[in-house]
Formats: sequence, C-alpha cells, structure tokens
Amino acid sequence: MTKMNMVQALNSALMLEMESNKDVVVLGEDVGVDGGVFRVTEGLQSKYGKQRVIDTPLAESGIIGTSIGMAIYGLKPVAEVQFSGFIYPAFNQIVSHAARIRNRTRGKYASGIVVRTPCSGGVKALEHHSESTEAFFIHTPGLKVVMPASPYDAKGLLAAAIRDPDPVIFFEPLKLYRAYKEEVPEEAYTIPLGKAKVVQEGSDVTLIAWGSMVKTCQEALQLNAQNEKYSIELIDLRTLSPLDWPAVHKSVQKTGRCVIVQEAPKTLGLGAEIAARLAEEDLLSLKSPIVRVTGFDTMMPYFKLENYYIPSPERVLHGVKKAMQF
Amino acid sequence: MPQEVYSNFSIRKLSILDKDGKADEKLLPKLSPAQLKEIYTHMVLARTLDEKILKLQRQGRIGTYSPGLGQEAIPIGSAYATQKQDWSVQSFREHGMMIVRGVPLLNIMLYFGGDERNAKYPVDNILPNSVPVGSQTLHAAGIAMGIQYKQKDAVAIAYFGDGGTSEGDFHEALNFAGTLNLPCVFICQNNQWAISVPRKSQTHAETIAQKAIAYGIEGIQVDGNDVLAVYAATQEALARARTGKGPTLIECVTYRMGDHTTADDATRYRSPEEVQYWRERDPLLRMQKYLLAQGMLSPQLDEQIKNESTAKVEAAVLQYEQFPAPSVDDIFDYHYKQTPADLEAQKKELHAFLDTIKPLGNEGEK
Repeated sequence: MTKMNMVQALNSALMLEMESNKDVVVLGEDVGVDGGVFRVTEGLQSKYGKQRVIDTPLAESGIIGTSIGMAIYGLKPVAEVQFSGFIYPAFNQIVSHAARIRNRTRGKYASGIVVRTPCSGGVKALEHHSESTEAFFIHTPGLKVVMPASPYDAKGLLAAAIRDPDPVIFFEPLKLYRAYKEEVPEEAYTIPLGKAKVVQEGSDVTLIAWGSMVKTCQEALQLNAQNEKYSIELIDLRTLSPLDWPAVHKSVQKTGRCVIVQEAPKTLGLGAEIAARLAEEDLLSLKSPIVRVTGFDTMMPYFKLENYYIPSPERVLHGVKKAMQF
Repeated sequence: MPQEVYSNFSIRKLSILDKDGKADEKLLPKLSPAQLKEIYTHMVLARTLDEKILKLQRQGRIGTYSPGLGQEAIPIGSAYATQKQDWSVQSFREHGMMIVRGVPLLNIMLYFGGDERNAKYPVDNILPNSVPVGSQTLHAAGIAMGIQYKQKDAVAIAYFGDGGTSEGDFHEALNFAGTLNLPCVFICQNNQWAISVPRKSQTHAETIAQKAIAYGIEGIQVDGNDVLAVYAATQEALARARTGKGPTLIECVTYRMGDHTTADDATRYRSPEEVQYWRERDPLLRMQKYLLAQGMLSPQLDEQIKNESTAKVEAAVLQYEQFPAPSVDDIFDYHYKQTPADLEAQKKELHAFLDTIKPLGNEGEK
C-alpha cells in the first residue's frame, strides 16, 4: 500500500492495464509528451511509446471516431477528452456510433472504448472547464457511465472500465484530482461497474451522491455530527449507468427518507430519475418528500460565483433538515 | 523578403473507358477476360437488385431505399481491387461493394426492410450502413490506426458522398490519416447532388480531389462511371497504403440517376436535360459496349448474365418475404455484452404487457 491522490491512482491504473494488455492504447490531446494537462497520463508515452500513447490532432470528434474504429478492429482505446465541457464535438460519435456499433452489427463488432474526461467545478477554472454533463450520457442507451469519488475507487473503476467490453464514459471530478491522498494498492485490482458503495450507514435518511458531491456530503456528515446528529446513510453511486438500483431501494426502504445531491443542473438530471423510481417503487416506504440538492438550471457561473452554484456541505445539510423536519 | 511562389500543386484526373466504351489501351489495368466479365456481372446484378427494390418499395413491400442507380462502377470497381483482409466502411449507397465482397442480397434487402438482422454478414471486415453523413470516415481512419499498430497488411476504405465532404468529420478523418500516415483510402462518390443541394453549393473548390493537397496526402479525380478507372485508381491507392506511403483521396465523379431515396422527388430540383446527359454516360452500358467490342461478351452471354441476375434477385426476394419476424427481445439484447438487470426488467415489462394482448403479427413476435 502507498498513499496516492486521484491523479496518481488513475495513472497507476493506466500503467498496469497497458502493461497487462498490449491492445490498450491511450490517445488524446497532450496525453503524450505532456502527460495530460492534469498529468493523469504522465510517463505513459516514455514507457509504452508513441504508437501506444498518441498525441492526436486537436479534434474531439476525431479522437472518439478513430477510437471507435480501433475498438472495432480489436484494440482497447482509452481516449481522453481534455474537459467534459469540450466533449460536444464528439457527441455525435459517442451517441450515434460508440453506443450503437454493437447493436447495429448484432454483436459482431463492438466499440468498447473508454472516454476519460475531467468534470465538474470548484477549482476556479475558465468557462467550459467546470461542466457536469453526465446526464446526456446516462440518457444514451448502449453506454456505461462511471464517476469515481475517491483515489481507491478511481483506480479500481478505471481498470474495470478498461476491461469492460462496452463503451464507458469515465468522468473524473477534477476537484478531487489532488484533494487528498489515501491508501491505494500498488498492484492492479478492479471495482465492479454497476455497484454503489455505502460510505456511511445510517437509519434516519439516505443521502445519495456521486463524484465530487460525495466528499461534499462527507463534510456535511461532519457538520451533522457536531449539531443535529441525524443518523445519515451516505451512498456513493460510483457507476451512474447501469445504476445500482437495488442499493438505492434497499437504503430508502430502511430510512424512509431520501436526499439526492447532484452538481449538475436540476431539471432532468440523474436526481430526477432517482426520485421518479423511488416514487414508482418505494412510495409506501417514504416518510417525507424526496429532496434534491442540485446545481441550478443555469449556466455554470464563472468562478466568482461558482460556490453559490455548487452544493455546499451547508446546503446539503439544509436539504437533510428539510427531509427530517417534514 | 520578396514574394515568391511557395509551391505549385496539381491534381491528376483518370479516365480509361470513354462514354462509348472505347478504352485507352495504355491505361488498362491488368485484368483477365474472366475478371472483366465478373466485374460486369456484378454490375448487372447490382442494377437488377436496385430496380427490384425500387419496385418493392413502390408496392409497399420494403421500406425507404437509397438507390445506387448510375453509380455502380464506384462501389464495384473499388471493392474488386480489395483483398479479404481489407476493410470497407460504407455510407449508404454502396450496395455494389457488398455484392462484390460476398454479402448476400438477402441482407441488403433486410436492411431496407427495417430488420436489424441484416447486419449479420457471413463475411468479415465490412461495416453496415452508416447514416449520419460523413461520420464513418473517422471509423475507417481508426481501423487504419489499428492496422498500423498491429503491423498488418490491410487497408481501410471509407465511402462517402460529395455532401459528406462538407462535414467536419471528413476534415478530421483526412487530417488524422495524413498526420498519422494511415493505411487508408477515402472514396468520394461525387454524385453531384446531396438530396437537392448541388455539388457547387458544397464547396467552392474546383474539385474534391484537390482537398487532399491541404492534408498532405495523395488525391486523384477519376471518372466514376468508368469501372476500370475506379478499379485502377483504387488498386494504386491500396498499393500505396500497403507499402506505408499513406492515405489517398479518390474523387469519383458520377451522377445520382435516381432520387436521393424513395422519399425524395428529384424532378423538383433538377432538369431532364441534365439527367439525359448522364444517362448517355451510363457506367453499365459503357462496360457492356467495351466487352462486346473486345469479343469478351456476346449478346447471348449478356442475355444469360441478365437472366441469372434476375433469378438471383427473385430468389432473394422470396427469402426476404419469407424471413421469419424478429423477436421483440432483439430490441434489448444487443446493447451491451451482458444486458444490465434494469434493461432485462424493461424487457420483462414489455412481455408482461404483450401477454395481455393478441400477438402483433408481422410487426414483431414474442
């Protein structure tokens, strides 16, 4: 074991998967010599060469479109889109092709690409560098969507995504890249896709989060421990599609209350789907209305105002109180 | 610093058979009489199939169809130059390529019959129709990256139309192919019309072939109604790609004799004179004239080839119309390698509903 931050953990996963599978290739803008703008791909090119770690032309659609071709040919491309706010030029390739190749060819070919992309705000970045775009991809049949919330999970989930036969959009909350270090095994391991994690058990209310909101919720738990002392169960979804519905239902059936925390805009976000499913299937377990603590249906503001947009620990706790005091 | 000419660029143009089927002997590719007859037979079959599917569509027996009428020389001439290990990445007007590479006529019909099982090709290295215009060019570039990485002796061919060259993905594909020196051939079926928009409204460039210059790759314009020129240009481009000399853009100048699809009416936007001009340049007739003049084809043999094509197409129609309806499970079962539990639950929900009503007949079965 060694202490790693999320960047180091992701880098370790890439190193190990490239080591064990010669078909894994990495491509994107600045991923080679520069090691990626966040250094997630640092050292890969010097170790595995320019044929396997490719500095591509500056073209997101080209990166994803060629990744699809390589995957059809039998390689395992791990593509980087430098920020998820720049993923839109590749949107057609992801939605119209990556997601559909297996279905279109009746299983003969597949495009099991991994698209790594930093997401979400909180680091005082420029416009387009702080977006939470997961809902577009969760809404797309044929894709898997993953968003880790800790270094340990990031390494295991990325390894699982690379070994997965289906296309995976792998969001990396950039606020967590260097936020903290934790014990991470140096050897390879996987965390299965589609499995949520109970971060903390509780009995009064279920708090559901993903990505950087998990850490925000953990901070809310600390505030709660000093004040209200509600018994809060915190669930980190980890994989957003396919979602671990049994874990969500089990917890809410136990607590009878649910607060969903998402950084993305409110309307039609993943929180809306979770609320709808709970209303469909767990109505009689609910003791209070479902509460959503989210970003707003606005643009992500420039950074002077971003902390009013991004749910804070205090706002999460405010939501918890709303559920508890109904 | 004085102003000076940086460089002069030129674009080659290739034509072997003229409109009357007379060949430029110096340029003839090395093809045996048997091979030439085989190419012609493929063209007759493609034409026969095309005409039949159009009729079926008008009779409501098949769905919307994108005819290849008048463009047969391009998919057939180019596919005839490929080897088994090469990849064909098509748009949606390359039925002739599928015929040459051994995709059964049944599969081509199933596609236009709205049946996703069409894509179960018994042959490899052919991607099914790609509808979002131009986007498939990048898949060919990606496959070529795979070929290059694995150091295999193969080439990826992308097909697209003149309209497709206006899409950003066309630019990105040629740019990737150029910078990475990929074993890739880009074949533009310049049929002059993107539905109702003429070629001159797609680009101010004099030729599409000259776009290759900007990417630092080889470009050539060929007479797309001359199957021997298409074959020769593709053969040359494939040889270049196989020997590590990089990609080629081949502009094949042709004409869409039919409507864009059966949902279109081309008389709304183009003149009968224009269509007549191109009818006189029919790729099938000119190959026929050439073979007759060379003594490789007799009227009797020609008749026999046509009869055999009709029989093949009629047999395929019978297979198509007797093909059992797909299972509704097919909606769900190919999205992921292993269908997620939640999607299985949605499939069960559909079955539970279907159990409450009568079977849907042709539209789908449980």
